[in-house]
Amino acid sequence: MGKRLRGETLAAFTMVAPAALWLFVFVAVPLIYVLGLSFCGQDEFGNAVFEFTTKNYANLLNADYLQIYLRSVLIAGATTALCVAVGYPFAYIIARTSSRHKSVFYMLVIIPFWTNSLVRVYGWKTFFSGTGWLSSVLMGLGLIDAPIDLLYTTPMTVFGMVYCLFPYMVLPLYSAIEKLDGSLIEASADLGARRSETFLRVILPLTSSGIFSGSIMVFIPCLGYFFVSDILGGGNADMIGNLIERQFQSANNWPLGAALSIMLILITIVLVRAYQRMGGDMDALGV
Amino acid sequence: MNEKIIVDVSHVDKYYGDNHVVSDMNLKVREGEFLTLLGSSGCGKTTTLRMIAGFEDPTSGEICIEGNPVAGKAPFERNVNTVFQSYALFPHMTIFDNVAYGLRIAKVPKADIATRVSDILELVQLEGFERRYPAQLSGGQKQRVAIARALVMHPTVLLLDEPLGALDLKLRKQMQLELKRLQRKLGITFVYVTHDQEEAMTMSDRIAVMHDGVLDQLGTPEEIYERPQTKFVATFIGETNIFEGCVNEVDTTKRISVGLENGNVTVAPQEGFRFGEFVTISVRPEKLRVSLEPREGFSLYGVVRDYIYVGSVIKCNVVLPNSNEVRFERLAGDELPKPGEVVFPYWEPDDCVLIHNRDNELYTALESIRLV
Ligand SMILES: Nc1ncnc2c1ncn2[C@@H]1O[C@H](COP(=O)(O)OP(=O)(O)OP(=O)(O)O)[C@@H](O)[C@H]1O
Ligand SMILES: [Mg+2]
Repeated sequence: MGKRLRGETLAAFTMVAPAALWLFVFVAVPLIYVLGLSFCGQDEFGNAVFEFTTKNYANLLNADYLQIYLRSVLIAGATTALCVAVGYPFAYIIARTSSRHKSVFYMLVIIPFWTNSLVRVYGWKTFFSGTGWLSSVLMGLGLIDAPIDLLYTTPMTVFGMVYCLFPYMVLPLYSAIEKLDGSLIEASADLGARRSETFLRVILPLTSSGIFSGSIMVFIPCLGYFFVSDILGGGNADMIGNLIERQFQSANNWPLGAALSIMLILITIVLVRAYQRMGGDMDALGV
Repeated sequence: MNEKIIVDVSHVDKYYGDNHVVSDMNLKVREGEFLTLLGSSGCGKTTTLRMIAGFEDPTSGEICIEGNPVAGKAPFERNVNTVFQSYALFPHMTIFDNVAYGLRIAKVPKADIATRVSDILELVQLEGFERRYPAQLSGGQKQRVAIARALVMHPTVLLLDEPLGALDLKLRKQMQLELKRLQRKLGITFVYVTHDQEEAMTMSDRIAVMHDGVLDQLGTPEEIYERPQTKFVATFIGETNIFEGCVNEVDTTKRISVGLENGNVTVAPQEGFRFGEFVTISVRPEKLRVSLEPREGFSLYGVVRDYIYVGSVIKCNVVLPNSNEVRFERLAGDELPKPGEVVFPYWEPDDCVLIHNRDNELYTALESIRLV
């Protein structure tokens, strides 16, 4: 018996080992590195030097940063809400249509997923800028007199975030809605419910898991999508992601950047734990 | 029998694209009866039921419920309720909430809801299950909840689409009796869909046999069994021997003689059959006889092939010269010809059913050139 058990353990070990090694090298090592970095200090040139200190974490609480955290949460919240508002009806229609074009609609969501979002965000920049298409067309139509420049505002950042993260909302929504048994909707109508009542009492509760997972999948990356707020917000809508990026790229304060990253990771863990607690399906997150 | 018509389906056709799923359906459901739509898979039973419930619109024709046309009325505006084949219980609600669903929508006072739900759960023998969720019930229990959820609305008609289809044989038999008991007790009209002829025979007051979207025959189980009006009905309900042939002598006072491929046979005289007409004869195995001598009016013969013992009944196959087989049944203990022996099948002229054979290819061909 003991022998067999050892054999099984060995078999299990050989199966798990490559994955574990992969995780260790590419996930655990960098994480440990960042964690260590976040407790480092700096020499006079700004290079990180090891001297155990918690001052980076203390610096996280500076008033300017708090404002940025708040803005990040607001932007991510607004983005999530907009994604639900637009994504739900959209996912509902493609999931429940009997049309032959179902797969076409689905592909319309998926295809942008495969192209680089940085490129697409730059595309929007040229569309919305003062000398861009939108302005020119509106002026050409005589609807406005002077060029309008919508760039570098918070709403513009939210727009860009919604645009980039929309598929992450639609896909879990789509799978939740498609799983919904159509006969439940008919049963509800049969028992006297109007469409709105059926929606509130049957459809929404049974697809809320999709809203949950979609929200997690939008909210968390939104905090870190610094290039969107960079390109479309132009420094007027800085978020945690921008803050981190700046520590590494221009301010040359890696330990502080590392501390910020650790904070973002902790926020993520807390949110995902909360999601799990509420009965969320981890598979729906694709992690 | 109460003759008030509660559901009146008249001249209803239904197309899905080019697919003619229901054609010229006429069906009058009487108040308080248990009517079964019976037919093989894909013949349009569910579609018919869904048109009554309001989930599909007829392409043409009219449906009246309690005398009022229901065209354009949504399911929630019709006083009919449906029991779905898949039960369609709301998985996120307890049994109590499932059954109370329709009452809450109808804004029935809370206290009434509680009593009505517990009464109906008692009726379907599910007291004490209120707090459970559908996933915690067995198939038969889910089925009862689905029935309770529909019945609690006091529908004038209850529509049931193969409600017992997913249950095992034993449970199905038990639920058949229970459903019948419920229907008797409540006096609610049931329109019941099944493809199981035995189920239809045990439960129904009347059976509507459908075939390829056409209502072939509507009648009591006895009428359907004893006097099928089409070949499909004869073969679909119970076991039977089918003979196809041509009327070669009509004596309306004495007999009709029919020529088959293997010889002549005699059936009882009846109106409406003409000389030269193509006909189908159906003879139940228990009505088919065999003799060791040729019988007057019959010139069929064959060879006994084998016997099958099914409990107290012996089934015997006889091979005719064209290698068709006929089957007859005897009780165990009866004297029987031996396998390999030549026998002469016959029947009492009253013991068979004569059916017009309008879908005979030759007949159709002749008709198209107006020879008949
Ligand atoms: N929504 C639909 N769109 C197109 N065709 C359909 C639709 N629903 C049913 N049909 C077709 O209509 C025909 C009749 O279907 P229906 O469901 O009424 O059969 P049924 O008698 O209930 O069969 P079963 O015993 O298998 O349930 C079938 O050929 C089916 O393919
Ligand atoms: Mg069906």
